[in-house]
Amino acid sequence: MKPCNYNDARRGFLKKSAAIAALYITPSIFVKAFAVDAVVPTPIAKEKLSVTINGKLVQVEVDARITILNLLREELSFTGTKKGCEMGQCGACTIHINGKRTKSCMELAVNHQNNKITTIEGLSATEQLHPMQAAFLKHDAFQCGYCTSGQIMSAVACVREGQAKSRDSIKAFMDFNICRCGAYQNIVDAIEEVAKTSAKI
Amino acid sequence: MNTKNIDTIFWEDERVDGADKVTGKARYTAEHNLPNMAYAVFVTSNIAKGTIKNLDTTKALAMNGVLDIIYYANCPAVPGYNSNAAERPKNVSEWRGHKVLYDNKVRFFGQPIALIVADSLENANAAIRFVKPEYEKESFETNFDKARLDPANLKAPISYKRGAGNTKAIAATVDAEFNIPIEVHNPMELQATIAYWEAEDKLLLYDKTQGPKSTQGIVARTFGLPEKNVRVIAENVGGAFGSSLRSWANVPAACIAAKKLNRPVKLVLTRPQMFSLIGYRPQSWQKVNIASDAEGNFLSINHEAISSTSRYEDFREGIVDVSKFLYACENVTTKYSILPLDLSTPIWMRGPGEATGCFALESAIDELSYKLKMDPIALRIKNFTTVNPENKLPFSDNNLKACYDYGKEKIGWKNRPAVPGTLKENGWLIGYGMAVGVFGAGKGSASVRAVLSNDGKLLLECAVSDMGPGTTTAMTRIAAETMQMPIGKIKFKLGDSDLPPGPSQGGSGTTSTVGSAVDLACKTLQQKLIGLAIQFAPGFSSFTADTLEVKNELVSLKTDASKNINIVELLKLANQEKIDLTITSNGKTAEQLKFTSNSFSAHFVKLAVNAKDGKIKVLQVITTGDSGKIISPKTARSQMLGGVVGGLGMALSEKLEIDHTTGQISNASFGAYHVPLHSQIPPTEAWFVNKPDMNMNDIGAKGIGEIALIGFAAAISNAVYNATGKRVRDLPITPDKLGFKTTKA
Repeated sequence: MKPCNYNDARRGFLKKSAAIAALYITPSIFVKAFAVDAVVPTPIAKEKLSVTINGKLVQVEVDARITILNLLREELSFTGTKKGCEMGQCGACTIHINGKRTKSCMELAVNHQNNKITTIEGLSATEQLHPMQAAFLKHDAFQCGYCTSGQIMSAVACVREGQAKSRDSIKAFMDFNICRCGAYQNIVDAIEEVAKTSAKI
Repeated sequence: MNTKNIDTIFWEDERVDGADKVTGKARYTAEHNLPNMAYAVFVTSNIAKGTIKNLDTTKALAMNGVLDIIYYANCPAVPGYNSNAAERPKNVSEWRGHKVLYDNKVRFFGQPIALIVADSLENANAAIRFVKPEYEKESFETNFDKARLDPANLKAPISYKRGAGNTKAIAATVDAEFNIPIEVHNPMELQATIAYWEAEDKLLLYDKTQGPKSTQGIVARTFGLPEKNVRVIAENVGGAFGSSLRSWANVPAACIAAKKLNRPVKLVLTRPQMFSLIGYRPQSWQKVNIASDAEGNFLSINHEAISSTSRYEDFREGIVDVSKFLYACENVTTKYSILPLDLSTPIWMRGPGEATGCFALESAIDELSYKLKMDPIALRIKNFTTVNPENKLPFSDNNLKACYDYGKEKIGWKNRPAVPGTLKENGWLIGYGMAVGVFGAGKGSASVRAVLSNDGKLLLECAVSDMGPGTTTAMTRIAAETMQMPIGKIKFKLGDSDLPPGPSQGGSGTTSTVGSAVDLACKTLQQKLIGLAIQFAPGFSSFTADTLEVKNELVSLKTDASKNINIVELLKLANQEKIDLTITSNGKTAEQLKFTSNSFSAHFVKLAVNAKDGKIKVLQVITTGDSGKIISPKTARSQMLGGVVGGLGMALSEKLEIDHTTGQISNASFGAYHVPLHSQIPPTEAWFVNKPDMNMNDIGAKGIGEIALIGFAAAISNAVYNATGKRVRDLPITPDKLGFKTTKA
C-alpha cells in the first residue's frame, strides 16, 4: 500500500489557476491600488477569428475578451460544452484544441487563430455514439449529466495519450474533472473498458 | 399476433435520457438563447453588514454595452416586496428571504447590491469594478463557535421528551459533543435564470429549479400574476442536492431586469456566488448522551443541537429527529435551537438534518459499543425496533438486519480489530467502521397525464424535475411495468410548469409520489382500454372487465391469452386517435397511514490511516440500502455510489471557511473548498434489500437519494477510531485532528 499523491499534484495546479483567475476578477476593494479607476471606458474592438470547430471552418468577429467557452456557448450555440467555474478548476468546459485537452474557460478566443477545436458535439463523426460516449451510457457514468461533456473529452484524451494503463493512472489523469453527483467509479469503469477494447479512438 | 416476450421489456437499462447527456444535446437552463437577450451580472457587497450610503454607477453606466444598472434607488416596484399585507393585492404574497435590489441594507458579505445589464457577458463583467458603493458599516457576527456560547443568541428552541426518565442501573454512558462546519452543495451547473416577459402580464422563465410548479407559484405571487401566466421550464437540472429547492435572488432579479428593459435577460451566478447565494448545510453543534445497561439496552438518549441560520430568516431541519425513533429507547429528550448569524440563509443539503443528526448519534453509539466491549452491529441489533417508538406506529418495513448481514460479510468485518489501533500493515493503521442512515419515506399528491396514441406510443407528463437521480428513467420503467409494454414506446416528459402539477424533487419523495401517479394513470388507461375492447372488439362484448387484462400491448382474456386484441387496432376500431387522460394520485391512504415509513441504509467502511502523517485512505466501501422495491437498478446504484462520494466529502474534506474579521468566505472556489475527486474514491459496492414495501404505496418503492449519504460520515469516523484509537467528533476529519502535525504539500 502506498500513499496516493495524485491529489497533491492537482491541488498544486488549482492554487496556480486560482491566482490566474484572481487577476481577472479582482474585487473592487483592490482596484484602487492598481489605479484602474483612471481607465476611461472605450468601445471594445472586435477581432476577426478563424477557427475550425468540429471539422467546419468558422469565421466570426469576436470581442477580444471572450473566452472560447463563452464563444461556444453564447455566440455559436455549442452548448454541449459546460460552464462550471470559469477558473479552470472543475473541468466541465474541457474540449480538444489541436487534439490536446484544454479547459476552454481559460482560453481567450483570439489566441486560437486557425486552431482546430473539437467539442462533445463533434466527438463522433457519424450518427453513432463515439465508443467513449457509448461506454459512459453503458456504465451510467453520470447522473445529472452536467460534467459529462468535460469528463468524456478528458477521458478520450486519457486513452489517446496512453494514460489509461491502470485505474490509478486513469484517476490521476481525470482528477481535473469534478463530478459532484459522484459518478467517479462508473467513469473509471467506462474509460477502462474503452482503453481495453477499442483499438483506436 | 405479436406477443413479445415480457423479458425483453427490461433489456434497455440505460437512462432513457442518457444519449442526450453524453452527446451534449441535453440543454440546461443557461443554454437557452433568446433573440435580443441581454446579460445580467450581480455586483456584490464587500462588507458583511451595514448600509449603502451611496452607489455611484456613473462610470459603469458609461461602459461599452452597459444597458442599465438596477439597484435600490431605481428598482421598479415589485408587488411581493411590499411587507405591508394590507397594501398587497390578494394574489400577492410577500417574497420570502432577501429582497434583492430592494433596499440599501447589507445583510451578509457577498450580498447582491446591484445588477448590471449589458448587451454581452463580457461588457457586463467589465463594468462590475466601476460600480462604487459607499458603506456605513455595522458590527456583525459570523462566528458560530463563539456566538453559540451565549444563550441569549439562541432562538426558537424546540424540545421533546418521552418517558419519565431512566431509573435503571447504568453500565455505560457516552456524553459527547459534535461539530459540523458549513458545507456547500456546489452542483456542477451554475444557478441560472432567463426571464422574458412575453406580454405585460405574461412571463416565461428558464430557471434552474428542483420544482417548476413551486417556482411558478412563487413568481406569480411575487409579481401579482395569474399562475397560468407564468411558465417555468427546467428540462435538465445539472445537480442541485437541495440548493434549487427554493427561488433565490437570481429569480426576481432576472424578472425585474427583463421587465425594466423589456427584453429577455439571462442571469447566471458565478462559482464564488454559488457559495453564498443558494444556501448551504448550516453549521451545527450537537451533544449526545446515551446511557445503557450492561446488556447494551439503551436506557436514555439525550440529543441537543444548535444550527446556524441567517439574521433575516429562520431555517431549521430534522437534526435531532433521528434520535427519537431509530432505536428502541423509553427515555428520549431532544432540544434544538437555531443561531442567527450575519450570513445568507441555509437550505437543506443532501441528507439534510438527518445526515447531521446521524453523524452524532451513530458516532455516539459506536463509542458506547467500545465502552460495553460489544460489537457495534450487535449493539444496534440489541436496540432494533419494528415499531417507531416516537409515534408508536409499526414501520411499514425495516430490513436493517439484512443490510447488516450483507455489509458485514462483504467488508470482512471479522477482520476488524476489537482493540482500536492494533491492526497495522506496512506503516498504515487499518480500521473498520459502520453506521446507519434513515430518512422518512413520503408520498404526496401528483397529477399525471397519459396519452396513448394510435401509433402505439405512450406519452406521460408531469411537472416534476430531474436533477440527476434518473426520474425520467424510473418513471418510464414504472409505466413499462404497469402497462407491460416496451420502454422504447414510452416517453416521460417533465421540467415544465405547464404540465400537470407534480412535486418539487427533494426529500427522497419523487419516485414514491410521481411513481404512484404514473402507476395510477397507467392502470386507469388499462381500464379504458378494457372498456373499449368490450365495446368495440369482435367477440369481446360478452366479457366482463374483471376477466380482461392489458399486457404486451394487447387486451386479452386472463384465462385464455389467445383471445386478444392489439391496442393499436382497438383504437382504430373505436375510431379514436388517442386516449388522453389526466389523473391525480393523492397522499397516503388511511391504510398506508397505519404505518410509519422510512428508508434505511447501513454503510461499511475499511480504511487505512498512515501511522506517520495521519493521511486517511479509504480502501473499500460497502453501502447497503433498504428502499423497498428498486425500480431502476442502474440509476439506483449510481445514487448510492454518489451518496458515498458526497459522504466522503462531508467526512474528510468539505468545510466552508469564513474570515470572521470581514465576514467574507475565504474558500469560495473548487480550488480551496475541497470536494472529492477521482483519486479519492475507493472501490465501492452498492447493494439493496430490494423488497417491495407494499404498506407504503402501490409501487412498493421508497427513496434512495438521502439515505445514500445519511450516516456515511459516521461510518468513516468510526473506522478512523477503529484504526487509530482517536475519536474525531468535528468534521471534516483531517490529520491534524488525529494529532498529526500538518505538513505543507
